[in-house]
Amino acid sequence: MLLAETGAPTWSWNLLTDFQDMWSYPFMVNAFRAGAVVAVVSAVVGWFVVLRRQTFAAHTVSAVAFPGAAGALLLGFSAVYGYFTLCVAAALVIAALRGGGEHEESALTGTVQAFLLASGFLFTALYRGLLEGPQTILFGTFLGITSSQVTVLTVVGAVVLAVLALIGRPLLFASVDPQVAGGRGVPVRALSVVFLVLLGAATAEASQITGTLLVFALMVIPAATAQVLTARPALSLALAVLLAFAATWLGLTAAYYWPYPLGFFVTTIAFAGYLLALGRRSLREVLGRTRAGAAPTAKEVIA
Amino acid sequence: MTVLLATSPLSHPFFLHAFLAGTAIAVACGLVGYFLVLRAQVFTGDALSHVAFTGAMAALAFGADLRLGLFAATVAMALLFGTLGRKARPDDVVIGSVFSWILGLGAFFITLYTTSRSTTNGTAGVSVLFGSIFGIASSSAVVAALVAAGVGLLVVLIARPLLFATLDEAVAAARGVPVRLLGYGFLALAGISAAEATQAVGSLLLLGLLAAPAGAAIRVTDRPYRALALSAGLAVLEMWAGLFTSYAVPKMPPSFAIMAAATAVYAATFLIRRPVPRPRTRTAVPTGT
Repeated sequence: MLLAETGAPTWSWNLLTDFQDMWSYPFMVNAFRAGAVVAVVSAVVGWFVVLRRQTFAAHTVSAVAFPGAAGALLLGFSAVYGYFTLCVAAALVIAALRGGGEHEESALTGTVQAFLLASGFLFTALYRGLLEGPQTILFGTFLGITSSQVTVLTVVGAVVLAVLALIGRPLLFASVDPQVAGGRGVPVRALSVVFLVLLGAATAEASQITGTLLVFALMVIPAATAQVLTARPALSLALAVLLAFAATWLGLTAAYYWPYPLGFFVTTIAFAGYLLALGRRSLREVLGRTRAGAAPTAKEVIA
Repeated sequence: MTVLLATSPLSHPFFLHAFLAGTAIAVACGLVGYFLVLRAQVFTGDALSHVAFTGAMAALAFGADLRLGLFAATVAMALLFGTLGRKARPDDVVIGSVFSWILGLGAFFITLYTTSRSTTNGTAGVSVLFGSIFGIASSSAVVAALVAAGVGLLVVLIARPLLFATLDEAVAAARGVPVRLLGYGFLALAGISAAEATQAVGSLLLLGLLAAPAGAAIRVTDRPYRALALSAGLAVLEMWAGLFTSYAVPKMPPSFAIMAAATAVYAATFLIRRPVPRPRTRTAVPTGT
């Protein structure tokens, strides 16, 4: 969680030497690689999450990574398996039990989340040897990322992105207007299930870097920012990836130099971007109102 | 640990305190939770519970009382969410963005606290996240019970107009119900009960206490007042079941036992087929009991 052992490196404003210093540590190189993969995958998945207004489901799936990791450690497996098993399982449960009313769905999601988090707490209580207690799993650590983990991340990320590329067009249609899409023969329900599973896989990935509580930041904030900035799907998707990438790498750099958690830096940088985007939009709205007949500003993609 | 010398769990002061505080908290959560579910604001409750964590950690990092941070943060955030959303109903993407940042801030404060201040109380973070109902002191138990009773009373007082405003906002506004004010007031109450419940079940788990009893009650009955009462009653029973189970099985943390009971009851309601597949409560009119 902290980087106290490396003897407090200092920022010299000479970017080249700074990065050379930072990347002379293999764990930092791995962290940057893993961060890049995670940023791209979660930004793309998160873009659809924001579009589909499934933020709560995304948060629940990401929270579930905690009992997954704790349970796997308790049973003697690597945490990675726990992440993937439980994230995908929770995505399937939410997908399977959907279709009640709006409020039933939210009660259900909330209950699933709280119960699984409580189970995670039980597991950590039973398994005392857990690295630093629940805090590491919840808030993440980037110091122990191995090269083989980076490979696994890349492979899973590539699969998630490939499936998303395949279903991207119909999924976009089904997200924007489910009724019309259904009428045109798009399998809306099946797409929704596939998407939730992808969400589970992407979450399980990202959990290992940012901690289960903060994955969600990488998914939602960059995508929300991008969708505030532009209404054009392709452009905002690219923007979301760029923003997530920037937040992760800047966060890693900051966490290297200051002894505070990576998750804090990543969420703060991403959130600052979001606030700037909101500020820009309201500024343009004010300016647009003073000039009569000005073109409508880019509002959100879907009102 | 104490199971061997138990005659009755209630003879132990720590259990009595937990029982007292827990019962009051369960009533408040059951009542507030019913409206959260009905207004489809469970996500707001979720966000409030995470904010509670950051508030508590910030208070600890600055050397203030933990409860001060809990209440200040949750109520402030509840009002902020009310302001951000149209008609005091915030958009979920906004909530998501705000509260994931707040959580990151919590991680920051917990580091600040563990590196600078705490030498003795290093597990404060974990007990805020997951609750420590068996560690409640007698004075805090009484305060918790009083606050929770106050919240419960206020919810019952505004139940009628709030139901009206929830089920048919436009008509309620036309009839002169202060919809927006009610929205704010309700969010503030939700914030207070979130702060209160954090001490019992922890900020990560209190969502279960808000969502599960209410979800179960709504599945069992379509009648608003009956469901409201049922939600509170179920929450209390689940709290008791959790406390006694955890007392009997000391390895099981009380928070887990309470969540397990709540989830089991909610899951059981899925086995009940409702007699007539009528349109959902959304179309029902609050006609009293």
